[in-house]
Amino acid sequence: MMADSGSSEEIAVIGNTDLISDESENNLINTMVERETALLRKMEINVTEAEKRSGKNTVNMQETYTVYLIETRLYNRPAETVPEGGTPAVPDTLWRRYSEFELLRTYLLVTYPYIIIPPLPEKRAEFVWHKLSADNLDPDFVERRRVGLENFLLRVASHPVLSNDKIFFRFLTEEKGWREAVLETGFQDKVDSRLKSLSAMFRVKNPDKRFTALKQYSDELNTVISHLLRVRARVADRLYGVYKVHGNYGRVFSEWSAIEKEMGDGLQSAGHHMDTYAASIDDILEEEEHYADQVKEYLFYTDAVRSVCRKHELSQYDLEMAAQDLAYKKQQKEELATGIVRVFSLKGMTSKLFGQESQEQREIRLAALEQSIQEGEETVKEKNAECQEFVRTAWEDIERFKEQKDKDLREALISYAVVQISMCKKGIQVWSNAKECFSKM
Amino acid sequence: MSVGAPRGLASSGQKPIAEILHPLSATEELLSPGPDVTVTIGGDKEAGLTNGTPVEMSSPASASSLFNRLQLDDDLEADARDPYSSTETRDLFVTVDDPKKHVSTMETYITYRVSTKTTRIEFDLPEYCVRRRYQDFDWLRIKLEDSQPTHLIPPLPEKFVMKGVVDRFSEEFVETRMKALDKFLKRVADHPVLSFNPHLNVFLTAKDLNKRQGLALLSKVGESVRHVAGGYKLRTRPAEFCAMGEYLDTFSQKLGTIDRIAQRILKEQSEYLTELREYGTVYSSWAGSEEELRRPLEGVAGCVTTCSGALEDLSENMSQDFLPVLREYVLYIESMKNVLRKRDQTQAEYEGRLEAAILRKQDDRTPMPAEVEKCQDKAECFNADLKADWDRWQSNKRQDFKQLLTGMADKNINYYDKCQAAWESLITLLQDKQTEDKTSETN
Repeated sequence: MMADSGSSEEIAVIGNTDLISDESENNLINTMVERETALLRKMEINVTEAEKRSGKNTVNMQETYTVYLIETRLYNRPAETVPEGGTPAVPDTLWRRYSEFELLRTYLLVTYPYIIIPPLPEKRAEFVWHKLSADNLDPDFVERRRVGLENFLLRVASHPVLSNDKIFFRFLTEEKGWREAVLETGFQDKVDSRLKSLSAMFRVKNPDKRFTALKQYSDELNTVISHLLRVRARVADRLYGVYKVHGNYGRVFSEWSAIEKEMGDGLQSAGHHMDTYAASIDDILEEEEHYADQVKEYLFYTDAVRSVCRKHELSQYDLEMAAQDLAYKKQQKEELATGIVRVFSLKGMTSKLFGQESQEQREIRLAALEQSIQEGEETVKEKNAECQEFVRTAWEDIERFKEQKDKDLREALISYAVVQISMCKKGIQVWSNAKECFSKM
Repeated sequence: MSVGAPRGLASSGQKPIAEILHPLSATEELLSPGPDVTVTIGGDKEAGLTNGTPVEMSSPASASSLFNRLQLDDDLEADARDPYSSTETRDLFVTVDDPKKHVSTMETYITYRVSTKTTRIEFDLPEYCVRRRYQDFDWLRIKLEDSQPTHLIPPLPEKFVMKGVVDRFSEEFVETRMKALDKFLKRVADHPVLSFNPHLNVFLTAKDLNKRQGLALLSKVGESVRHVAGGYKLRTRPAEFCAMGEYLDTFSQKLGTIDRIAQRILKEQSEYLTELREYGTVYSSWAGSEEELRRPLEGVAGCVTTCSGALEDLSENMSQDFLPVLREYVLYIESMKNVLRKRDQTQAEYEGRLEAAILRKQDDRTPMPAEVEKCQDKAECFNADLKADWDRWQSNKRQDFKQLLTGMADKNINYYDKCQAAWESLITLLQDKQTEDKTSETN
């Protein structure tokens, strides 16, 4: 088996370069750049099916939900060799529902705060245009979610750090008992409740400027992609209308052809082509949905980026607080030692009023302060190291993410152009056919 | 009056005037061309000599073969009718163009230049150039209807436009109207009977039509008097004319539906265009916050803009070229229905008189009164004219719609061509960048 997990050879799965043909419609246009990690080198991961289940939930109420089948295949297992004339070994499979994916992701978020954790596909259908159902049980929605979940798993599996996580591995391989295992890690305790409060402003005095810029970019990207998806949905709606109205030509040409002699055949055939034209929009918009999903992934990624920025803020804040606390204690010590009160304190006040405390008391207090200061210095050193480590590891991941984003989105744009070209070609085909019918009238 | 050496049609020789059949004679053998059917070669580019529709001459049998020959010629030439392809049968060329606005104290109106080129002896000069306004065309049409009640008169574009709703002086409106007037005049000029009407002659040649306006009013009254005086009710319409009537009703209905569909498409396209424009600007603004992705995103914005422009062109074409022709045909159908009704009246009158005469007859030897015979002639003549006109109208209709629908298909193909080209050049741009990146990585 290949070496360590740290190496990351890039295997660009740029599936669109030769997809200018009509076959592109049949290929799943996976534009993900899969980096080869140790995990992916030994295992193939797929989310192949979705199924409806019914059961009782935590509050003992009947509910219907969807489960997804995760298939994993281990490479190079001696037992995998295909017997003569036989079929390849059956992959390992297990069923997971969306909430389990959510649990996994939350675990990853907490355990790797400096990593931009890949997002899950949306819980509820947003940015719908009229034809798509917003119902979670709608088969089209379920299908697109299946693709999204597979994408999520592949993203995690191809991440240089996340792919090594044991809990993730067990998510893929252990159906029962996984939930307990996750909870056992105690990750919930690590959750900083302050992060939950979105409005909490940490007055950070010296934030890393790169993070400030990144957060701003992330917010801008979030706004612009949201806008893009909203307008795209409206554009899809209108385009649907244009195509479908043409279908009426089909009917009227057919009726008209009934009263014509020489013109009849040409009109009738042309009418059929108009019907074809009207029907063609369904496939076209289905393909376009895939593009929308690719862009949507990055919309959700902006939340993950923002989260990392806030965690940095938090760690910086803690550092600054610790440093501030230390400075205060040092000042207190100085006052105690020199007797000069610089800062108003109740103790100082009462001392003045009720007389100085005894030498002994002062020395006890000084000793306590010394201790506290020493601890404080340790804390600051610790926090400082933590902060720096966070910045270092986070920024490494951010660079990786930026590269990934640029490549993926360019691929997405190319695939969008491919869909548009395909639409144009179909349009030309249909109208040319209709023209031929008209010329034979 | 012949210009150049006379060159008659192969099928007809030169005939003395006395032998030439009267246009309205009640025989199957329809008109022959006039004595001096000279070819006017050397088309004036400026006037645009082609008449819009093929001309039918002589009997129905040879008419259809002639038409086939003409049609073949039309098919050989791509879109426009070549003036040289079938000039042997045309000796009267008319064009309407050059709209100009006239402002007077009383009113503002548009006039059009009406140019004529002809070799017919009915005209004193070979060329004419006059200016006419819509009113004058209307006058001509009324005059033709009155003097040729048995024939189908082509329609004019709508007379009244709601002020405030439509701008009567906008370029598009004037352009559309002018094209329709041109078509009207060409159809009249191509008609074997109508083109010899003296009112057409006056319309094409007189410097000043104003004097005649007064008569227009009179003739209108006269027409209605004539209709009322008839008062006979038709018992049964012969089968073939019934079929015509039914056809016209259904056809009119279908055209109405097509009109509504086209309008709906225009509406949807317009709303699509609005969203598309905003869509393009979002990509542009996104490009502003990116580095590596800036050019690709701007590229997409550019493509969307190009497609928007192409769509605009398509929609404009539909509303300016497609819809007006469609609507004009609806008017044409109304005209045809009118002629059918008049035919019914004529038949009714004949049958009525015949019945009355039979009742009054003393015995079998008394001959039919002259007026009954005249009615019979009139009815038979009307039927013959109508049938001939119907055939001509049907084949013209076929040509017109072939051209119209083919044109619509062409415009759509054109639109998709433009869009495809834009997106393809974007892919080249994006993929070039990709290979650039890959080579720089491996280095």
